[in-house]
Amino acid sequence: MPQNFTRRAVVAGLGATGLAGPAMAQTAASGAPIRIGEINSYSRMAAFALPYRNAIQMAQDEINARGGALGRPLEFVFRDDGSTPGDAVRVAEELVTRENVSFIAGTFLSNVGLAVSDFANQRKIMFLATEPLTDALTMAQGNRYTYRLRPSTFMQTKMLVDAVKARNVRRWGIVAPNYEYGQSAAANFKRLIAEATPGAEIVVEQYPALGRIDAGATVGALAQARPDGIFNVTFGADLTQFVREGNTRGLFERRTVVSLLTGEPEYMIPLGEETPEGWLVTGYPWEQIKDAPHAAFVAAYRAKFNDTPRLGSFLGYVFAYMCRDLIAKAGSVETEALLKTFDDMKFDTISGPVTMRGIDKQATMGAWVGETTLNGKVGAMKNWRFEDGAKYMFTEAEVRAARKG
Amino acid sequence: MDLSFIIIQSLSGLASASSLFIIASGLTIVFGVTRIVNFAHGSLYMLGAYLAVTIVPLLLDVDRSLPMFLLGVLISALIVGVFGALMEIILLRRIYHVPELFQLLATFGVVLIVQDLVIKIWGAVEIPGPRAPSLRHGVFIMDQRFPAYELFLIAAGIVVLAVLWLLMQKTRFGVLIRAATQDREMVAALGVNQAWLFTGTLFLGAFLAGLGGALQIPRVAINTQMDISIITEVFVVTVIGGMGSVPGAFIAALIIGQLQAFGILIFPKITLVLVFLLMAVVLVVKPWGLFGKSDAAAGRAILPEGILSLKRFGTVDNIVAGLAIAVLLALPVFGDNYMVKVGIEVLVLALAAFSLHFLIGVGGIVSFGHAAYFGLGAYAAGLLVTKGGLSMEPSILLAPIIAGAFAALFGYFVVRLSGIYLAMLTLAFAQIVYAVCFQWVEFTGGDNGVVGVWPSSWASSRQVYFCVVLAFTLSAIIALRHAIYAPFGYALRAARDSATRADAIGIDVRRIRWFAFTLSGAAAGLAGGLYSFSKGSIDPTMISIPMSVDFLVMVLLGGIQTVIGPLVGAAAFHSIKDFFMPLTDFWRMFLGASIILMVLVFPRGISGAAASLTDRFKPAPKPAVAPS
Amino acid sequence: MTLLKVTGLNKRFGGVVAAKDVAFALEAGDMLAIIGPNGAGKSTTFNMVGGQLRPDSGQVLLAGQPISGLAPREVWRRGIGRTFQIAQTFVSMSVAENVQMALISWHDQIMSVGARAETRYRPEALDLLDLVGMRADADRPVRELAYGDVKRVELAIALASAPKLLLMDEPTAGMAPKERAQLMDITATIARQRKIGVLFTEHDMDAVFAHADRILVLVRGEIIADGKPDEVRSNARVKQVYLGDMGVAAAMRARRGRV
Repeated sequence: MPQNFTRRAVVAGLGATGLAGPAMAQTAASGAPIRIGEINSYSRMAAFALPYRNAIQMAQDEINARGGALGRPLEFVFRDDGSTPGDAVRVAEELVTRENVSFIAGTFLSNVGLAVSDFANQRKIMFLATEPLTDALTMAQGNRYTYRLRPSTFMQTKMLVDAVKARNVRRWGIVAPNYEYGQSAAANFKRLIAEATPGAEIVVEQYPALGRIDAGATVGALAQARPDGIFNVTFGADLTQFVREGNTRGLFERRTVVSLLTGEPEYMIPLGEETPEGWLVTGYPWEQIKDAPHAAFVAAYRAKFNDTPRLGSFLGYVFAYMCRDLIAKAGSVETEALLKTFDDMKFDTISGPVTMRGIDKQATMGAWVGETTLNGKVGAMKNWRFEDGAKYMFTEAEVRAARKG
Repeated sequence: MDLSFIIIQSLSGLASASSLFIIASGLTIVFGVTRIVNFAHGSLYMLGAYLAVTIVPLLLDVDRSLPMFLLGVLISALIVGVFGALMEIILLRRIYHVPELFQLLATFGVVLIVQDLVIKIWGAVEIPGPRAPSLRHGVFIMDQRFPAYELFLIAAGIVVLAVLWLLMQKTRFGVLIRAATQDREMVAALGVNQAWLFTGTLFLGAFLAGLGGALQIPRVAINTQMDISIITEVFVVTVIGGMGSVPGAFIAALIIGQLQAFGILIFPKITLVLVFLLMAVVLVVKPWGLFGKSDAAAGRAILPEGILSLKRFGTVDNIVAGLAIAVLLALPVFGDNYMVKVGIEVLVLALAAFSLHFLIGVGGIVSFGHAAYFGLGAYAAGLLVTKGGLSMEPSILLAPIIAGAFAALFGYFVVRLSGIYLAMLTLAFAQIVYAVCFQWVEFTGGDNGVVGVWPSSWASSRQVYFCVVLAFTLSAIIALRHAIYAPFGYALRAARDSATRADAIGIDVRRIRWFAFTLSGAAAGLAGGLYSFSKGSIDPTMISIPMSVDFLVMVLLGGIQTVIGPLVGAAAFHSIKDFFMPLTDFWRMFLGASIILMVLVFPRGISGAAASLTDRFKPAPKPAVAPS
Repeated sequence: MTLLKVTGLNKRFGGVVAAKDVAFALEAGDMLAIIGPNGAGKSTTFNMVGGQLRPDSGQVLLAGQPISGLAPREVWRRGIGRTFQIAQTFVSMSVAENVQMALISWHDQIMSVGARAETRYRPEALDLLDLVGMRADADRPVRELAYGDVKRVELAIALASAPKLLLMDEPTAGMAPKERAQLMDITATIARQRKIGVLFTEHDMDAVFAHADRILVLVRGEIIADGKPDEVRSNARVKQVYLGDMGVAAAMRARRGRV
């Protein structure tokens, strides 16, 4: 029931903001708003965070026009986290103490997410991490107050390994930015590829410093080891530089390349006509997803902001509706009621059903896996399919072992 | 490793070296003439790149040819040159005579402003630049493909070196630059129009930075973090080469290029540490870099920038201090959780700023990496609690000891240097600590850091922990303040005022500076330890350059010439940041503008300004000679 | 016992001989001037005694104890105080504090974090300032003083460690003529009263011939004359290479002034 309700409300809200018939119309929400604290790297990671904030605001307007939650409007209170855990924890404190938010959400960087998660645990307040990918957030350092929406590093790596398994590539090279995200993605990959492809070996590993790759030297070092496949974790400016050097030096020719996140518009758009052909990636082919709710979201977003949606937009939109459904079902904004309701709650989102698995508080949200291709001068995904996150979660035994603390 | 690979790899190293040299040559020339370490040099580089990705495609639309590409690059570099000249006229000209710390901070203010300007104009998404026509392909060298553009870059570096050499040897402008680099007074004595020379130098330096940036567009995606990532590397190049020396920068860039190209084969994970290790080693062995000379002006007797006289607290001061402590004590009773949290942070930052001021204001030791000791204390406490199984109490006590031990280790080398080289060595050590914490994921948790650093249960309420912090910080500050007035502090100040005289009355200058460095590091470590328990986690941002800069700004904001200044500065800085951050995404621009404003208008900081205000209302001092 | 005995000092910088077999002696209470043209090796010799330079060979004995090769602060500890050509004081402190600083160091309390520095050895400092005529200015910041007064404060600082020997490098450089005479008079008086040996270099021949008990003439690193002012004055070689007519005239003036 809640699922259907959600989807219908979305369609109505999107397709007919002004047309909603009286039969469906609910009165706009009134009374004191329910406030939700949203902490993100709006200034530093604006490429992701601004589309994300746009979509949340769009969803907020839709939700409140349709009656809000519990008859009260929702209000997202946005704060910049300065991209540092110290500032993030301080604004979290400010949101909880001063702004009287019911729970906190957001964060982009894994270290910020972890710090806020620990703060939530300490202050006994719910935290819904939307973007940070580190496995630690729901595994080793998970706590009962912290939930995560996006598929983690492990889940996305596993999706890619499953997709590349059939090619039976044995000699692998790894290139990953030298910090926690890169190192743990590399570790996941090593473990998963060994399980998936018997006889697989890692013949070279390169860990350039984040944001300052020496692409020529890195490409040279990779080529020297003559791997048959390359697992790439670099992104953003590092990725562009790596792709350019690799293309010119022929690194990617006759090699299988598997790459995390590269298909997301945030990273694909800057690649432009340099987008390599045939990489296996996780991403977001928004223009090709034809499901009605999603298409409606895209249309509304483009109309409102005169811009194409990014993965951040998608995430923000799903997140905002998730908040409403959660509050509506919990019937209260008390932390304990929220936690009790959230565990194992099922949601219907514009990308299909998502469950918030109770054991590790990781949503089963999926990701799109496909190949990169060049469409004229812009990159795109082809041969993609949506992978349901539920198939790629850590096993319950692994979760119990990791979260025993 | 076969021969062809070695050749290709060293060519890659050369291409990086060439890019680095073009940028670094500008920085080193500007330093040679103006003696200003221009933090904004990285911003000029970034501007060059952004201008080029805007201008070059327009020209390529007209005619898709290499000359058009190069024309676009040159135009971008020229615009950046003009920007640099304007920066000289508007800002630098006013700060040649202020202490170097203030200069560094003012140029850092420019960095912050340019960052937000770039985001405002070009957006936060990275922009891939156009490839250079006719240079997109790979050239076969011993059966390996090597990008033609990289070969072009190598050539460009050599051309720049040659042109600079001709400029320095054959033109009047070049001769003046060399003369000014060797002896500024001499140029003044020659009757040269200094303003013209300095503006011209900034134009040249900025042009080179812009050229370096514009030449990068076919290789990298232009992004808003280019400035900071390049400036640290360029610092390393200029310092290793010897500040002011163009050939030095060339050699240093070559060394670093090759070191990186081959270093990553042996230590693929050491990427960040390598260059700073090299810089630290060079500075320890050759205190003025490979080709640098000791600054003749360094030994002159000039008024120190720090504390000038230690006034005892008067009645008014005692009342103010008493009131401040009363307010602090009342905070946990009357303030809400957030206010208490902010209170804790202000106290912690006040101690950190005070410990830095102890070094700068009393010891004349300008540390540009004070966050290292703050961070080491935080990491020590955090790791002891989470991995060492200790409780909060011993961890807080061990934090200053461990931070102090590292300060003693690094300080041993730091106190051998002076001036800007000293500042750069502290920066290098801080970057080494940062890189280790950032990249040694197994031990430190990498950039995620470690969470779960919470106080023992009896101190877990914010209010109780506030009192813990208050007790520690207040006693540490009082103890440090007492040390300033004790013979130890006097001897430290004596060594700052005149190292020669101090030595001649039996003061072991290095030893006393070393002790001060250690003590200050330990105090910062205590602050870091306390901070980690208030935040609940540790992570590398506590050790980063912006953190070190924050501390410096607090010291500067409060006023470097008063003992109480850093405390006022920490409180003011934190409140301002706390106030602005929720209001705007462009708070860095405000911060940058305020730093510059402070340097220009209130070089003595808040308490300095307050002191001159109160002086005005006091009865005029008795004239030294009684009228007869 | 001879206060200062220097034997066979040698120092070369690259190919340049800065000091060659320099040898001299100085008794307590005597004033010995080293003179010579620029580049003669005065400063080199001076700095080898003060510890700023290490001799290639040779010995410096202070009251029979070898001190060559020791660091300046160790040389100071053994009883040598010094002033500099450009006065070196602690510009952020008051006049008294400058002297107190030296006293604190002399009493090995530099590392102390106990009682406030400004309360320590103040009477002693005031006595020393009295000696150089600066007591009235004790609480003024030293940076406000006229240069001649700064030099006097520097003398007080140097005297704080009750030195056996004072090294004064061009003590009157940069001073007005009247101030010069005053400073040299004070120095001479103190030296005689306290039996302190004074070794000084000086360009001002008036000061040298008026106050030196003995004069050492250095040329190109070698001692060409060593004796009482009258002997030096009449030394033909000195006249030839260094003093010239003007120097002799000055020496005559000084002699008249003293008699």
